[in-house]
Amino acid sequence: MGKFEYAPAPESRDIVSLRESYGLFIGGEFTPGVDDRAFKTISPATEEILAEVTEAGPADVDRAVSAARQAYEHTWSRLPGKERAKYLFRIARIVQEKARELAVLESLDNGKPIRESRDVDIPLVAAHFFYHAGWADKLEYAGYGPAPRPLGVAGQVIPWNFPLLMLAWKIAPALACGNTVVLKPAETTPLTALAFAEICQQADLPPGVVNIVTGAGETGRALVTHPGIDKVAFTGSTEVGKEIARACAPSRKKLTLELGGKAANIVFEDAPVDQAVEGIVNGIFFNQGHVCCAGSRLLVQESVHAEVLAALRRRLETLRLGDPLDKNTDVGAINSAAQLAKIRELSEVGEAEGAQRWSPPCELPVKGFWFPPTVFTGVSQAHRIAREEIFGPVLSVLTFRTPAEAVEKANNTPYGLSAGVWTEKGSLILWMASRLRAGVVWANTFNKFDPASPFGGYKESGYGREGGRHGLEAYLDV
Amino acid sequence: MSDPATRSDGAAPARIAVRKTYKLYIGGAFPRSESGRSYVVTDHRGGFLANAALASRKDARDAVAAARKAFAGWSGGTAYNRGQVLYRVAELLEGRRAQFAAEVRATEGLGVRQAEAVVDEAIDRWVWYAGWADKLAQVRGAANPVAGPYFNFSLPEPTGVVAVIAPQASSLLGFVSVIAPAVVSGNTVVALASERSPLPAVSLSEVLATSDVPGGVINVLTGRTAEIAPWLASHMDVNAIDLCGASGSSADDLAVAAAENLKRVVRAGDEDWTLTPSLERMLAYLETKTVWHPAAI
Repeated sequence: MGKFEYAPAPESRDIVSLRESYGLFIGGEFTPGVDDRAFKTISPATEEILAEVTEAGPADVDRAVSAARQAYEHTWSRLPGKERAKYLFRIARIVQEKARELAVLESLDNGKPIRESRDVDIPLVAAHFFYHAGWADKLEYAGYGPAPRPLGVAGQVIPWNFPLLMLAWKIAPALACGNTVVLKPAETTPLTALAFAEICQQADLPPGVVNIVTGAGETGRALVTHPGIDKVAFTGSTEVGKEIARACAPSRKKLTLELGGKAANIVFEDAPVDQAVEGIVNGIFFNQGHVCCAGSRLLVQESVHAEVLAALRRRLETLRLGDPLDKNTDVGAINSAAQLAKIRELSEVGEAEGAQRWSPPCELPVKGFWFPPTVFTGVSQAHRIAREEIFGPVLSVLTFRTPAEAVEKANNTPYGLSAGVWTEKGSLILWMASRLRAGVVWANTFNKFDPASPFGGYKESGYGREGGRHGLEAYLDV
Repeated sequence: MSDPATRSDGAAPARIAVRKTYKLYIGGAFPRSESGRSYVVTDHRGGFLANAALASRKDARDAVAAARKAFAGWSGGTAYNRGQVLYRVAELLEGRRAQFAAEVRATEGLGVRQAEAVVDEAIDRWVWYAGWADKLAQVRGAANPVAGPYFNFSLPEPTGVVAVIAPQASSLLGFVSVIAPAVVSGNTVVALASERSPLPAVSLSEVLATSDVPGGVINVLTGRTAEIAPWLASHMDVNAIDLCGASGSSADDLAVAAAENLKRVVRAGDEDWTLTPSLERMLAYLETKTVWHPAAI
């Protein structure tokens, strides 16, 4: 099959007006940092500097927590649920109104294809606010007692893979339940969070209800260890999650963690191959594999291994890698130089340990951070590429013979965030689903998300759920 | 247990009582501590009651291994069956009311009526939890209306092996109140009994062994809290821990150790065990699993 030729179809970036520098969003206003420190955020696709962003120090975090506390005590906790709801509905609407601008900004700062930010990230952001808005005046029906109370001030730290979506996952339930927040976006992707601060201003959200402090690990540490925080929510690596769990243990702060994963995507011999291949591609190459629930371990039943791999290779040859703002792009840029180095290192280890590496013919842009879709075959369970989270477009392929072996291999990991099952047999799906030790099981689909659907991990993938009725528990005093 | 046949005048008793050896309960068997150690357990006045097994790190690890081995079978059974098994424990306990009342009385220093009330409450607690087994999924599960052609549901599942540092003061009712909420949903348990008052928990393990609770589902250790709790808190194959019986600063240390593999940690302290329990403990050992499937053709 010949490759289709596409003319470039870039989304215009004129819709985004970037400022040269951004302050911290504290108490409803953008303010300079106390220490006057700043860092630059770049486009990972071109290494172009997009803006300068303030690095919040402990004194800034302290100001933000005080603003959140004051807003909690004097405004937000006194506001009836039905009024809080209206603010959240407003935010949802403004996100929809600015959807295109936010999508372009997200793709610029993160490197993800515009198709994803436009069709997945931003619509889900609006949906999260819309969904949780409706809970704000109905919490007594959520199953946490007749008058569930908020916790107070939430300190929230989010990753760079879905910047605005992770913000929505954190802020929407927190506000709906009556808490105020201080949120720190990832240092490589702060821009949509700062755009969200402007949305809060447009929505007339009372000052201090949402505070955004930008910075790196030190800022995050200052936030989660701040004694004025009642609740900590973190999405990121398991390593940092454990550090936070240790730091929070004596303080008795309520803690929820969404951490790493090494999901098995399991293909049985009776699965429709073309659909399964689409699911495999979506599972690991969606968002460049920067997905904690990515299907990074493909478990194929031995009898169809050759057939599935051939179809997968054919499909990967059609993937288009390049300009994130091009509407034809399937695979965008790796988010940072550091992440690219990690993906390269683990891929080299994969080769050194004896697995066979394959990528489709794929021209990488000269500037920016890029890594081709990569498939390792002949992977054993002992290989590091089968055990460690790579967080990139790298798939490790293993085989199995029986359903019991598939379960055994799928569960052979300290993680437990997600899993995929592909088969036409209903009883096998349910049998597998009940045995896979993972918080989300996608059967004959993969990487689907919805605000009504609880998401979160077993074991070292963290604790607590986000989304649905279950997600409210994280922000209520229950 | 003070020997009822011992006479104060020093004359030979009519019959010498047969004393019981209080052992550990691991994997359905009653081993002594592999360390060969024991410690003296006294009544509330300081009189000798028995030598209890002084569990070692190895015993704790054996107990975790037994609990892990039992997990698949216990969690894989039906909720209806688990409910009946828990109810069966209540039935057997009811038949041993007098024995437990005497043991609780001796160690906690309660009056006769008080001790009986505590035992009754412990029996009723098993009945209460037995009824929960096949209701949790309906109370904690959900069908989720996602915006697309998918069937999507969420179910509670047990988290795995739960280590329990049992309350120090309430030797039977407190003990039952911290293990039943873990096993009802399919978790398996390693429980460290009250250090000062371990005997009712050991006797309860004899009830468990003769009921229908499969071996390994509930394992009971006796010994020093300060010695054993850190091994349970840091054990990488334990999924959750209840720090009820650990005191303030040491509970903080245990919680820090538990973070190493992100154990679910219950920090609710000692409470009035005679009240109807909150759902906190039961829910703490549940994971929520969400399953998606396309619903379009």
